[in-house]
Amino acid sequence: MAIEVNGKTVETDEEDYLVNLSDWTKEIAEVLAKQDELELTEQHWEIITYLRDYYEEYQIAPAVRVLTKAIGKKFGKDKGNSKYLYSLFPYGPGKQACRFAGLPKPTGCI
Amino acid sequence: MVKVKFETPEVRPYPVIPILKPDVMKGNGPFVAKPPMQEALGYPGELVDNWQEVAIDKMGDLLGKYRSLRVYLDSCVKCGACTDKCHYMQGTQDPKNMPVARQDLLRQVYRRYFTLPGKLFPKLVGAKDLTKDVLDDWYNYYHQCSQCRRCSVYCPYGIDTADISMAAREILDTVGKGQKYCNEIIGKVFKIGNNLGLPEPALRDTLEGIEEDIKDETDIDVRLPLDVEGADILLITPSADFFAEPHVDGLIGYAKVFHQAGVSWTISSHASEAANFGLFIGSYENMRQVALRIREAAIDLKVKRIVFGECGHAWRVAYSFLNTLAGPFDFLDQRYPIPQHICEFTYDLIKQGKLQFDKSKNDDRRMTFHDSCNVARASRMGDIPGGQFMIPREIIKATCNHFYDMPSDTIHDETYCCGGGGGLLTDDLMELRVKGALPRMEALKHVVETNGVTHMAAICAICKTQFSKTLPFYGFQMDQIISLHQLVGDALILEANDN
Repeated sequence: MAIEVNGKTVETDEEDYLVNLSDWTKEIAEVLAKQDELELTEQHWEIITYLRDYYEEYQIAPAVRVLTKAIGKKFGKDKGNSKYLYSLFPYGPGKQACRFAGLPKPTGCI
Repeated sequence: MVKVKFETPEVRPYPVIPILKPDVMKGNGPFVAKPPMQEALGYPGELVDNWQEVAIDKMGDLLGKYRSLRVYLDSCVKCGACTDKCHYMQGTQDPKNMPVARQDLLRQVYRRYFTLPGKLFPKLVGAKDLTKDVLDDWYNYYHQCSQCRRCSVYCPYGIDTADISMAAREILDTVGKGQKYCNEIIGKVFKIGNNLGLPEPALRDTLEGIEEDIKDETDIDVRLPLDVEGADILLITPSADFFAEPHVDGLIGYAKVFHQAGVSWTISSHASEAANFGLFIGSYENMRQVALRIREAAIDLKVKRIVFGECGHAWRVAYSFLNTLAGPFDFLDQRYPIPQHICEFTYDLIKQGKLQFDKSKNDDRRMTFHDSCNVARASRMGDIPGGQFMIPREIIKATCNHFYDMPSDTIHDETYCCGGGGGLLTDDLMELRVKGALPRMEALKHVVETNGVTHMAAICAICKTQFSKTLPFYGFQMDQIISLHQLVGDALILEANDN
């Protein structure tokens, strides 16, 4: 599987996650979001950027609680909760936002 | 995102046997494991050329190893008692999801190659050659069984469909057609120590964050120690407890109980997973490798006791197989159960009067309890028969003022699977998961309407995730499912201690 971005072909897996993390660009995130009928706003980017930073440090996406707390601290208390994150990423911040951020899909009983 | 269009089944006023829709769930099954995922578990990367021969050899091997499998394949008399007992059959209406029909997919091949009548007169005895179509049916329909064993409760011969589905999955793995979800996860346990692939630094950071949260909320220092050598208790819990909601609230509950009990405890980064997906794929060897990590962690950290967190099949493996897989545990303190369930631990303290609760803290919750299949039908808690049903309910009653059970044919050993067990908790099986949740949703709706129930507690990471995803399909809210130990944590009166 693959997606086309700016004339370049980028490989994705059967669940539409990027195969190579290093392929990621902002344009790719936008294309991936469009597949889910979402338009990325500044609020989405706040989350996506945080996810990528965390991943770079820990080699995994943050736990839901870690994410909500960090977002709350950084961008205001009203944003530090699951409800807000689900309003941005209806399929769940863990899976959907990770996909847009170019990170691998979290696995396990989650 | 991969999206499949399907209709959520309608909640029936009275659960009746559904009208059958042959082949409605025929398909390719869940995503197939990639070669590296297969190879990490000791299986061929992809379907081998001589798959038929390999599959039949493997079946012979399993029949030789497990007498039970041969008995199950031989003894079915087609009485029909199991036909409507499966949640997937009820939700999907596909006749191949009748437990007997699902068993027959393997049984027909067994008869053809391992019984005299089947070898001589296959058509007369329902015996069938192992063709590619049959193999594909195995892959598809044995991944529509959550190995919950409800059907076995009603079978007059006690035929265990889960054992048959596990055997089928092991044969599939052996010919090179494994399931991506399970096998990728087992590989992560081998490599990193848990299903999530959560490395030690991330785990440490996460636990520290939870300690801060508890401090903010209660002003008391409750620790969640990691890799502390010499601690008394090693907590083995599903990694979802570190990562997801509502799981993490259960973890906070365990931490508060340990704190209040004044015991020293630790989590291990080496064995940071209770789940053992080796069970789901029917692989003794993989199950043993996963279980051995717990033994290694217990020895390395010099603990005296092992306590398991809220994870259904982990408790089955722990309670029923741990000693065989990774024993003997003669180095642990023999005065305590080996291993012990967190519910047993908490319940003992409640009985001894060592935990005090402010039940009014849970007054906004009117509770019911979902018995997780593997706890209910494959294990026990405490020292009396049925302890696995009684103890969680007694904990709820000690911490909440309002508790109501769902209808009697949907709880205890007749409990329905959540719809996501047995290695099926993956997005590519969402249609199956939503449909399989139907009987539980009907039972929940009953107590919501009759008793004003607002929340359902569970003691299994899979159940919690499955319900938080499927509740909205049935008009409920995703946060109506909670961890049992969240109730404990919310109502427990904490005191500062010196630990």
